[in-house]
Amino acid sequence: MSTTQVRPARSPISRLITPRRTGPRRGSTLLRHLLWVAIAAVAVYFVSYGIDPFRNYQLATVAAYLCVTAGLTMLTGLNGQLSLGHGALMACGAYTVALAQNEFSDRGVLGAWALPVSLALGVLVAALAGALIGVCAARLRGPYLAGVTLAVALVVPAFTTRFAGLFNADQGLSVYVDPAPAALGQYFPPERWQAWIAIGAAMLSLLIVANLVNSRFGRAFKAVRDDEVAAKLAGIHVARTQVLAFVVSAGCAGLGGGVLAVISQSVSPSVFGLTLSLNLLLAIVLGGLGSLFGAAWGALLLVLLPYLTTEVTRGLSLSPGLANKLEGNLPLAIFGLTLIIVMLVAPGGIQDAFRALGRTIRRRF
Amino acid sequence: MTDVLVVDKLNAGYGAVPVLRDVDLTVPAGTITAVLGANGAGKTTLLRTITGLVRPTGGRILFSGADLRAVKVEQLVRRGIAHVPEGRGVVAELTVDENLRLGGLWRKDKADAKKATAEVYELFEPLARRRAHLGHQLSGGERQMLALGRALVARPTLLLLDEPSLGLAPKVTAQIMALLKQLRDTTGLTVLLVEQNVRGALSIADRGVVMSLGRIVMSADADQLLADDGLRHAYLGF
Amino acid sequence: MERFVFLTFDGLSRGAVYAAFALALVLIWRAARVVNFAQGAMAVVTAYAAYMVSDAVGSYLVGFVVALVGGLLLGALVERGLMRFVGHANPLNDVIVALGLVLLLTAVVGIIFGGEFRAANQPFDTRAIEVGGVPLMSRYDLFIWGTVATIVVLLALLFTRTAVGLRMRAAAFAPEVSRLLGVNVGRMLTLGWALAAVVGAVAGVLILPTELGLHPHAMDIVFASSFAAAIVGGLDSPVGAVVGGIIVGLILSYVSGYLGAALTPVAVLAVLLAVLLLRPGGIFSGVRARTV
Repeated sequence: MSTTQVRPARSPISRLITPRRTGPRRGSTLLRHLLWVAIAAVAVYFVSYGIDPFRNYQLATVAAYLCVTAGLTMLTGLNGQLSLGHGALMACGAYTVALAQNEFSDRGVLGAWALPVSLALGVLVAALAGALIGVCAARLRGPYLAGVTLAVALVVPAFTTRFAGLFNADQGLSVYVDPAPAALGQYFPPERWQAWIAIGAAMLSLLIVANLVNSRFGRAFKAVRDDEVAAKLAGIHVARTQVLAFVVSAGCAGLGGGVLAVISQSVSPSVFGLTLSLNLLLAIVLGGLGSLFGAAWGALLLVLLPYLTTEVTRGLSLSPGLANKLEGNLPLAIFGLTLIIVMLVAPGGIQDAFRALGRTIRRRF
Repeated sequence: MTDVLVVDKLNAGYGAVPVLRDVDLTVPAGTITAVLGANGAGKTTLLRTITGLVRPTGGRILFSGADLRAVKVEQLVRRGIAHVPEGRGVVAELTVDENLRLGGLWRKDKADAKKATAEVYELFEPLARRRAHLGHQLSGGERQMLALGRALVARPTLLLLDEPSLGLAPKVTAQIMALLKQLRDTTGLTVLLVEQNVRGALSIADRGVVMSLGRIVMSADADQLLADDGLRHAYLGF
Repeated sequence: MERFVFLTFDGLSRGAVYAAFALALVLIWRAARVVNFAQGAMAVVTAYAAYMVSDAVGSYLVGFVVALVGGLLLGALVERGLMRFVGHANPLNDVIVALGLVLLLTAVVGIIFGGEFRAANQPFDTRAIEVGGVPLMSRYDLFIWGTVATIVVLLALLFTRTAVGLRMRAAAFAPEVSRLLGVNVGRMLTLGWALAAVVGAVAGVLILPTELGLHPHAMDIVFASSFAAAIVGGLDSPVGAVVGGIIVGLILSYVSGYLGAALTPVAVLAVLLAVLLLRPGGIFSGVRARTV
């Protein structure tokens, strides 16, 4: 009888007051995250050798989306700001990279540093645009913010058409990208090289976001999301916190957009429309709002689902007209349906479902 | 005397927190029953469970012999139960007139609904002068009159009142209590009255029940409760 | 000057449609505290149905009725089958589900009808009637104004003069009390969505012929403009929605007339930001602006 009562650790209150980790913490958060990134990078390095160029291209696209979803899940999931403008922010990054790369190539100034500089410029421009939106966003809530960012998403084609001399209207721009460094060998597939670039960018985004989330800023993000008044009373500068979250996630979106421009070697406004923003929203909801692993799941699905539906419809031997209509639309219909079902049935998303599964398994054994 | 309302071993709560525990209560027809007790005793929850706003986790609620658990909230008024909720529930964005009309909208007998409305205006003269005013422009006393009047438009057999005296001047409270007594005597209205104002409630009530921590700890005639010093000190605080 | 007059009348026509569409948004906002981001996509669905039927039957009127009935059914269906089941743990849930519906509906329309623009025929002459040598407005403009005015008057009568209107308002403001007074709050909510969808459907059918025509995403910019209109007037105010619609219609007409049609979305964004940053409650809000 007495033995069963000497275990107070099970009571809910003691769980609240006992710290989660007992004893000294093992290393810093940064080092722990760096270790994860290193392991993932090595794993992807080997994977990229084991798969064909098309799979490498897909891998690169997933990584490009991951840059964006990581930032967006932090913004929406942890800070409670719903943005439909991240497609437009990706466009900022993509067009900046396109213009910078083409400028570099026109002047013949090329080298290993050119691409990183272009991408950095893309991040910078997107972050600046994000700061602009973020300052406005900090004064807006819920549906109001969603409506404003929806208008932002519709502005992209307006800009590319108005300044057609620079952005070439609906046709868009092609992007000059250097081939893989000669040191990797003459026959090194460009897709693998692009996959490396994209993975590098994704790891950088994840690292930054993960560290931010685990810092005092991350706690401030959540505090602001849950109760602005309480956060303010606790001494958190609400507006500044919201702008910070928006700027960082915009920078991530810019990086993702830039990488996407590099992978596809072209940019056009139709890619960055409202649909892209809705897809990004789907990705983070599906993965589980606020979870970085969820962001990875979401990015994976954004690439995988359209590919799979195309494969399936191709196997059905449909009339060319119907196949053409299904091509772009069927994945979107599935996305929409999935988004609705996930919100109704499992608002926690994939990552939450896995966590629940893990808990059940641990309890059983 | 028949019992209009019989509550039998009623249990209810919010989530995992039980608020009502095995509550038994009978309300005879044509009487006023006061439910007394401290804050958090479960008085409001008792009323809300009777009308189905809170789902009971066990027990029965019989109204004129029929089990109310199977009846939807919006059907109760058609059966003759009017509930004036905590805070009165005057719709602040509607006018006095619209609030009163709302009380009789469900009725098939439009002529009688109109007549009942006219009677309410007669009963509460201040309301008649402010027909076109919005709910949020009224004083506390006027709101209580409006809430009570709106309930009466339905010509209920059972009236559930949640703290009508809250925030009202003693004079206004006394008027409301007198009116309830008058309604009981003239129309045979049955009232279940939740109150913190013990003296006021017991002055008009036939019976009183005392709740504490979700249970009914005492049930007796009103004058008996008033006379019991020990009880008054223990539960009612005066 | 002649151009200014023309743009003004054009702006009034657009504004009338934005007003109706904004009114639909306000209806749902007041009933359910939800901004229906799927309103545009729903209007696209009913517009396609209307024009397919009127093409097949050869009667514009039949198509118009199809849009009305289709809107009624679609609105009720969306509320009954979907929005009712959205959890409210997170205030963004409603918005996210509505956006999912946007993806789904536009994709389904794209699958059935394809992604190219289709001409939407007009029942009336769109040539401008000249008054004193100055082209003012077309018969179609008059049709738009007449239809929108009818909608506004009917809605006003419904809400202020009828028992159903009183029930709907009570259910929106005080759901629990309304239930205690015998109002079926769930049914009122469904009715609110259905009515809003009808108004949105009419707005869609009215505006599509004046733009590029039918397209799965044809209502995106109309939605954004009407959202701006609703914000200008304040999401809570039906009168504000109408006035806001006219204001936004005029602004967009001048911008596209003098600066180029491509800049319309930029103007929408500018209007939205200006109103939300300077007067968040809309131009009709009193002093009771909510601050933390």
